[in-house]
Amino acid sequence: MATKSSEQIPLDLSQFPTAESADQRTAALHEAASQRILVLDGAMGTMIQRHRLGEEDFRGAQLKSHDRPLKGNNDLLSMTQPEVIRGIHLAYLEAGADIVETNTFSSTTIAQGDYGLEHLAYEMNRASAAIAREAADALSTPDRMRFVAGALGPTNKTASLSPDVNNPGYRAVTFDELAEAYEEQTLGLMAGGADIILIETVFDTLNAKAALFAAETAFDRVGWRLPIMISGTITDASGRTLSGQTTEAFLISMSHVPLFSIGLNCALGAEQLTPYLEVLGTRSPFGVSAYPNAGLPNEMGEYDQGPEAMAQAIEPFLERGWVNVIGGCCGTTPDHIGAIARMANRYAPRPFRPNALPS
Amino acid sequence: MSHNSTFRSLQLSGLEPLIVTPDSNFINIGERTNVTGSRKFARLIREESYDEALAIARDQVEGGAQILDVNMDEGMIDGEAAMTTFLNLIAAEPDIARIPLMIDSSKWSIIEAGLKVVQGKSVVNSISMKEGEAEFIRQAKLIRRYGAATVVMAFDENGQADSYERRIEICERAYRILVNEVHFPPEDIIFDPNIFPVATGMEEHRRNALDFFEATRWIRENLPGAHVSGGVSNVSFSFRGNNTVREAMHSAFLYHGIQAGMDMGIVNPTMLEVYDSIPKDLLDHVEDVLLDRREDATERLLDFAEAFKGKNKVTEASVQLWREESLEQRLKHALVKGITDFIEEDTEAARVKLGSPLLVIEGPLMDGMNVVGDLFGSGKMFLPQVVKSARVMKRAVAYLTPYLEEEKAGSTGTGAGTVLLATVKGDVHDIGKNIVSVVLACNGYNVIDLGVMVPKEKILDEAVRVGADIIGLSGLITPSLEEMIDVAEEMKRRGMTTPVLIGGATTSRVHTAVKLAPRSDSPIVHVNDASRAVPVAAQLISTSRREVFTQEINADYAKVREQYARDRAAKKMMPLATARSKAPEYEFTEIAVPRKLGVHTVDSVPISTLRSYIDWSPFFSSWGLAGQYPRILKDKVVGEEAEKLFVDAQRVLDLLEKDAEGIEAKAVYGLFPALRSADETVTLYDPESSEEPLGSFEFLRQQIVQQNGLQQSLADFIAPSSAAPIDYIGCFAVSIHGVDAIAKIHEVAGDDYEAILVKAIGDRLAEALAEWLHRDVRMNAWGYAQDEGLSNEELIRERYQGIRPAPGYPACPDHLDKQLIWELLEAEQTIGSQLTESLAMTPASSVSGYYFAHPESRYLGIGLISEDQLQDLAKRRNISRDSAARWLASNLHTS
Repeated sequence: MATKSSEQIPLDLSQFPTAESADQRTAALHEAASQRILVLDGAMGTMIQRHRLGEEDFRGAQLKSHDRPLKGNNDLLSMTQPEVIRGIHLAYLEAGADIVETNTFSSTTIAQGDYGLEHLAYEMNRASAAIAREAADALSTPDRMRFVAGALGPTNKTASLSPDVNNPGYRAVTFDELAEAYEEQTLGLMAGGADIILIETVFDTLNAKAALFAAETAFDRVGWRLPIMISGTITDASGRTLSGQTTEAFLISMSHVPLFSIGLNCALGAEQLTPYLEVLGTRSPFGVSAYPNAGLPNEMGEYDQGPEAMAQAIEPFLERGWVNVIGGCCGTTPDHIGAIARMANRYAPRPFRPNALPS
Repeated sequence: MSHNSTFRSLQLSGLEPLIVTPDSNFINIGERTNVTGSRKFARLIREESYDEALAIARDQVEGGAQILDVNMDEGMIDGEAAMTTFLNLIAAEPDIARIPLMIDSSKWSIIEAGLKVVQGKSVVNSISMKEGEAEFIRQAKLIRRYGAATVVMAFDENGQADSYERRIEICERAYRILVNEVHFPPEDIIFDPNIFPVATGMEEHRRNALDFFEATRWIRENLPGAHVSGGVSNVSFSFRGNNTVREAMHSAFLYHGIQAGMDMGIVNPTMLEVYDSIPKDLLDHVEDVLLDRREDATERLLDFAEAFKGKNKVTEASVQLWREESLEQRLKHALVKGITDFIEEDTEAARVKLGSPLLVIEGPLMDGMNVVGDLFGSGKMFLPQVVKSARVMKRAVAYLTPYLEEEKAGSTGTGAGTVLLATVKGDVHDIGKNIVSVVLACNGYNVIDLGVMVPKEKILDEAVRVGADIIGLSGLITPSLEEMIDVAEEMKRRGMTTPVLIGGATTSRVHTAVKLAPRSDSPIVHVNDASRAVPVAAQLISTSRREVFTQEINADYAKVREQYARDRAAKKMMPLATARSKAPEYEFTEIAVPRKLGVHTVDSVPISTLRSYIDWSPFFSSWGLAGQYPRILKDKVVGEEAEKLFVDAQRVLDLLEKDAEGIEAKAVYGLFPALRSADETVTLYDPESSEEPLGSFEFLRQQIVQQNGLQQSLADFIAPSSAAPIDYIGCFAVSIHGVDAIAKIHEVAGDDYEAILVKAIGDRLAEALAEWLHRDVRMNAWGYAQDEGLSNEELIRERYQGIRPAPGYPACPDHLDKQLIWELLEAEQTIGSQLTESLAMTPASSVSGYYFAHPESRYLGIGLISEDQLQDLAKRRNISRDSAARWLASNLHTS
């Protein structure tokens, strides 16, 4: 309809899971969410750093002769070093995560443009989802299913802010460009077996609206849909997103889709997140998620809040019944998630009722 | 939780939320950023003068629009590009982007272009079934996917609905399609059932308004969740050129529309009369037409309207008369009476006549202001009126400013002199300073106001930079007195001799004479009210009178110092140990045990609740009107002005009460187990485990020999462990948020009168909130006065058990306990209130204090304390003697 170019993405529906299997997994997710607080995994970047990978590792066999440096393109590792990524997912699942996030924070044509790898975006998403799927299935039991959240990051461009202070009307990216990129990403994640679409680290609500628009368009094309999680980022003590919205305005701006959950992640530690999470915890008609950083970075830019300290910092969210999904963002490790999972186990979730799906 | 549950509120957002509940008042949609409705806006867009176009948007928001309608439908404009550009530019202006947008176009492509650039939840205006169901459904689905609400016009394949039956038929059909097929949330549907002109002379238009009202009522009753809006100015189309009738018609239409359930609309607020102010006969004629009450309604209104043709407003004959006088007289009249209606028109005429903007200011405008100054000086005008006059002056000067710049005429100052004003560091109170600022500006001074919490370096640097002739320092809390001393000493250090005016509630002639004047080489003068500021400033600046005046002041202050020294010496002080032995001993046999211990927050107390708790007398006194409320309203001298001020205050309160978004009353209190652990120390314990001390309040004891033989301290009202196993104390903090933002809007608009009014009311509301909270605590949380049924007057006279003294006031002049209160109550988080380094509370309209419940507890005054108590307190607080001396400077016997 609006995204004219969407039809250009070739779609082979036989490569996708079936509508039945997706619906079953959605039902299992809703069931789990109504019974307990679900634990989301922790940071991917922190764990990848531990492997001390070099340029050669990032390139793998496939991209030996690519013309630009690729070190630091973490999402690419799902294709070139799948064992590393699989190992990280397994570590989080073993620590107690119910949901693992795909390694796709930057797997859009827009973000991959920096590396000249736009053409691999769809495959990066599919491969990442497939790895996470495999790991989640390996640790699922009939009593306790594990789930894969396909992550859509904010990209490195903003649709409602100008990067040029002298030209406030300028935009480095348009809604249509974002929607096109996000649609391709969503399709890749669905094909690879994601259970959830997670639009995360939202610092410009218009980018997230484009992602929602794209997800709905992708669902229409595939013929079935997935639950959607939204996670915004309050950048500082102003209590607003980077694009200037208050938490409540953000909630309202995201409420036109029947979400599985809405929440906050990144930028702040649990303590600083509290007043904003309270807004969602008390006002959201959807489930609520939170995955803060391991405290605030120290003067070296490192996160040094330990697992137990972080679990304790998160406890007030659980005590007050604000959340359905809890996890960690920058600086968190499987040890953090283990401590958070033990803490979450002691509390009941925020009352959860799945939202009606539009037909 | 889910979308298909019962109807939720319409929720929209810009950078901030707008939630439309059944209890919300009428939602005002700003309509000046519409190229079809505003020729000026259309021209600006055509010329791509986007800065000016944004200024129009900003005016709308500041003028109270809650949603901003943007329309770019014009043949000469590329609608999609203009919509995209303008909305992108709005996104970069947080003061505009805070409200939701209404994307208004008859072309779908322009609507879609708009939807792609707004991050908030906006409203589409509009879609309809004009091009059939299929297109309607397609557009509605896309609107949903973009995350917007929508206006639906009562329009279908057969045309626009023009009868009651067609309106409800189309709206019902559209509603069913949207809700059942598109799954559009009903609360996101806003019907526009077409407002058409009445009194056109055509028989078929007679019921146009009535049909709209009835269709609106039907929609609200039968299409649950949906809203009704419309463009109101259409209704008066036949009376173009006759604004009096049009304005009356708009208000009457809105009055009946709102009654029927119309809950939002596009209204030009400048084309609206107050319903209650429409002359009765005009209203009758208008309503006859709107409600189709008589056969000849249209003819009668047309005849009646002739009388108003060409007139700008329905006004009293006397008001019209002054318009017939000479230009100079008209300007003077406008200034003295505070009338802004014609000021720009008259200023322009004066500019043309005199040929120079500067001559207008120095001539007729200053002449008018001199009359105001004279009347004020002779007690024939009062502060509220002077501030209104200043508003007129400001408007005139603002009008002339562009011409002045053209002439490169430079400053608008007129030679009376430059006065630099500031509230000192650590203090946030500025009502009095703002009044002085206005009064000085009225009298031709070039006033530079640095605002609140201004460090001394900045005050002095700026004074030098602008070449200030006088520096005015203001402060309300006691630590500000010390800050003023620092300013005086710094001036001396820098060798500055600029005269200084001192003002503010805790300042005094004695303090100025004793503490400030000896520390400075400048003339320092205490000015106890705004009316004295002008003569004092004039004498300080005048080269001929300055010396004599300074000598007089010096002589006067020398006397004050002598008197002060004699008084101090005469005050019989007793040593602290002796005072302690004369402490009263109260009984602690029946201790009231609180029902709810611990910290409790009360969010958003409605302004309507607080109004009846307002103590009005201090409000009048802040405006320089002396007398007790309500007697002051009948006072022979100030009664008339007090009455006007009171009416304006009620109007502001009405607005604040309606605009729940703007203002918020927040309160937090805590009740704790406590014991008097030393003579003047009360230790608080954790309500959970009474062993765990939370901290201590440190009080002071009277050392001046008291006639009744009792040397009191607030601590005496709390039991020592020898008298009871446990006693209780409370503390509280309340804040009125949003006052400064509202005042700022008025300040920016050049309306100091409203700005000061709002702040003064904010202060009253904070006190009212403290009173309300105290009552609630007595009756419920503490619960020792469950059957208390006191009237407001009795509350003001404090006829109840228990007191709520505030740190920094006579019973406990030491501010430092506020730190513990803030910590215990987590007041920064719970009510968003903060302490400055001088322990002033922000927002300025805040109150905090202790709660004592003992039946004997009474307010008391500590008065002076001796060195022994100062050192004792410093030890108890673990601070240096000098630091303690700074906090209690006004209470030290030896100084």
